[in-house]
Amino acid sequence: MSTSSTNSAASPAVSGLDYDDTALTLALPGSSSTDPAAADRKRAHADHDHDNNKQLQPPSPKARAVGWPPVRAYRRNALREEAAAAGCKLVKVAVDGAPYLRKVDLAAHDGYAPLLRALHAMFASCLAFVRGAEDGVLARLVDSATGAEYVPTYEDKDGDWMLVGDVPFKMFVDSCKRIRLMKSSEAVNLSPRSSSQ
Amino acid sequence: MIYFPEEVVEHIFSFLPSHSDRNTVSLVCKVWYEIERLSRRAVFVGNCYAVRPERVVRRFPKLCVLTVKGKPHFADFNLVPPDWGGYAAPWIEAAARGCVGLEELRMKRMVVSDESLELLARSFPRFKALVLISCEGFSTEGLADIASHCKLLRELDLQENDVEDRGPRWLSCFPDSCTSLVSLNFACIKGEVDSASLERLVAKSPNLRSLRLNRAVTVDTLSKILMRTPNLEDLGTGNFTNEFQTESYLRLTNALEKCKMLKSLSGFWDASPVCVPFIYPLCHQLTGLNLSYTPTLDYSDLTRMISRCVKLQRLWVLDCISDKGLQVVASSCKDLQELRVFPSDFYVAGYSAVTEEGLVAISSGCPKLSSLLYFCHQMTNDALITIAKNCPNFIRFRLCILEPRKPDAMTNQPLDEGFGAIVRECKGLRRLSISGLLTDKVFMYIGKYAKHLEMLSIAFAGDSDDGMMHVLNGCKNLRKLEIRDSPFGDGALLGNVAKYETMRSLWMSSCNVTLKGCEILASKMPMLNVEIMNELDGSSEMEENPGDFSKVEKLYVYRTTAGTRGDAPNFVKIL
Repeated sequence: MSTSSTNSAASPAVSGLDYDDTALTLALPGSSSTDPAAADRKRAHADHDHDNNKQLQPPSPKARAVGWPPVRAYRRNALREEAAAAGCKLVKVAVDGAPYLRKVDLAAHDGYAPLLRALHAMFASCLAFVRGAEDGVLARLVDSATGAEYVPTYEDKDGDWMLVGDVPFKMFVDSCKRIRLMKSSEAVNLSPRSSSQ
Repeated sequence: MIYFPEEVVEHIFSFLPSHSDRNTVSLVCKVWYEIERLSRRAVFVGNCYAVRPERVVRRFPKLCVLTVKGKPHFADFNLVPPDWGGYAAPWIEAAARGCVGLEELRMKRMVVSDESLELLARSFPRFKALVLISCEGFSTEGLADIASHCKLLRELDLQENDVEDRGPRWLSCFPDSCTSLVSLNFACIKGEVDSASLERLVAKSPNLRSLRLNRAVTVDTLSKILMRTPNLEDLGTGNFTNEFQTESYLRLTNALEKCKMLKSLSGFWDASPVCVPFIYPLCHQLTGLNLSYTPTLDYSDLTRMISRCVKLQRLWVLDCISDKGLQVVASSCKDLQELRVFPSDFYVAGYSAVTEEGLVAISSGCPKLSSLLYFCHQMTNDALITIAKNCPNFIRFRLCILEPRKPDAMTNQPLDEGFGAIVRECKGLRRLSISGLLTDKVFMYIGKYAKHLEMLSIAFAGDSDDGMMHVLNGCKNLRKLEIRDSPFGDGALLGNVAKYETMRSLWMSSCNVTLKGCEILASKMPMLNVEIMNELDGSSEMEENPGDFSKVEKLYVYRTTAGTRGDAPNFVKIL
């Protein structure tokens, strides 16, 4: 995962950004908001399909299309049930600079994007987190006060500190012992993502 | 031949293996039509709206085996709104009136109500087999009626249906006199099951060959059942969780070892890695293995099991197996004919531990491979070209690169050449799904080489109408074409309208076809139903602007002798 974001050069990183650019929406970043009805329509359809109270598709551009990847609803539901049956997995979450740690249940989330949103929400009260530029799958978390970027990392079963997002989510849930949102300036030594951008 | 007595002609027809052969002879002359229709036992209706049920029943009064398919394939992926249609009731009602000799009913992607199941159970005294695949609309109460009244029931096969759970009583509804069960599959039933009833049922079914249990069935119950089914050939296990007692699993191994005929294994719900070794004694005799509902097994658990399955012909697995695991499959399973690798993570599209390397390894280790469904992170042209050379026997080749429009991972080029190699080398290819970055060129190859192709699935591909035209003009045997999110518009839709009468159906969603184009198609081709679906109830909008050039969200075109269907919901407009 490259560590440069399109906004990292700016001094208070958020100053040049519109509020709208950083607001959480379920639309593609940069997609025009001239047809909010269309976005709502897609959302309404997604809601309807997921009416047994499942998570909506996360906003990552790659995961956006309805019915993609083409996997039968039966299979999606069955695997989701198995994940839920696997029970709860609470791990500590530390954020550099925050006064206290939190705990999050990894098993309660369907994937990386919902998990990161939950982490973001958890620390919004002690740090003014703003979602940074999307880099494919994982948004980066930027402290609006200092402009410092945070990179989600975790300690795995072997005791190594790994970058969140490299392995399938279920594998991550299995092997994650605790999570640390590390200031990106300290994150240089972590294993780089294998897929080239 | 016209001078032969009818019985002789009928006897000759009985040797015709396929529906299409029988359909063909019925066209020769009126005499043959009559002989054929009065002796026809099995009818396959690929699209329930292509013909009226009454007409089928009137033409084939001796019908014993009826197969009907409902919703279009993309309904599996939530692209067809609920309440679109595909109701089983008219078919069951027509059969109840016209062919009481019905013995088998097979339905796929249809809406089946409990009332229909009750009517089915009560109307056909010789009823033997019910197979429902990806259906919905019924509950365990409907199954109770089937169990109670179908005294000769041999097969109850429920595959991946959405069944409402109204309690476990259905399983105890099989009367004591019902001893004919050969195949029972209730893996998709979500609720509890009464173990005592299940054991009693198995005990009185000496002919049971295939049994697929649901997640509620424990290992202890499974062991008890297996002690009574030494002739079992196909087993779907129940639950294999972590909370296990070694004695339970030892009993299971004991019971499994008695099943010398067991060749196919599935289920493994919630299977924990520690449970899996108890299956090892069976592995050497397995020809079919489905581990695709078990995300808790990682690559090493999977490979330790699969490396023992030297006779494996069919393998369904999750991408947790990774490329390394697929290499183990390639070196162990030399008889592999069918492989399906499913994604384990649907939300982080783009990541999978499986890439082109795994598939190349499989293709070089398993030359008999003929059927493939492969979800992966990336692909390259070189890999596809190698795969095509290694496995020219592909009949079904479905490749899904998780990220739409992803190019060749090494060269960043479109994957046209790779898929071109597949269609060129695999001369018997009947079904193809393509993905990744693709230009019109790939369709040129498909139109040129894929002469036996019957079904083509396209997503996020192509540049212009030319792409779709290549396919419509070139693929002589095309029956089903389904397209999503591709830039094909009215020019392509209207470029070869006669083609659609030779096909079962065309699906286009999120493409560039307009209402105007669809109207023109409908007016040119009265033998087609042109259904359009827009997200909101767009019917009033369409009334306001006749001949609008607004884009049609979803289009479903199919040939039919039944005319416009009367059960279409508000959001479907049939032109």
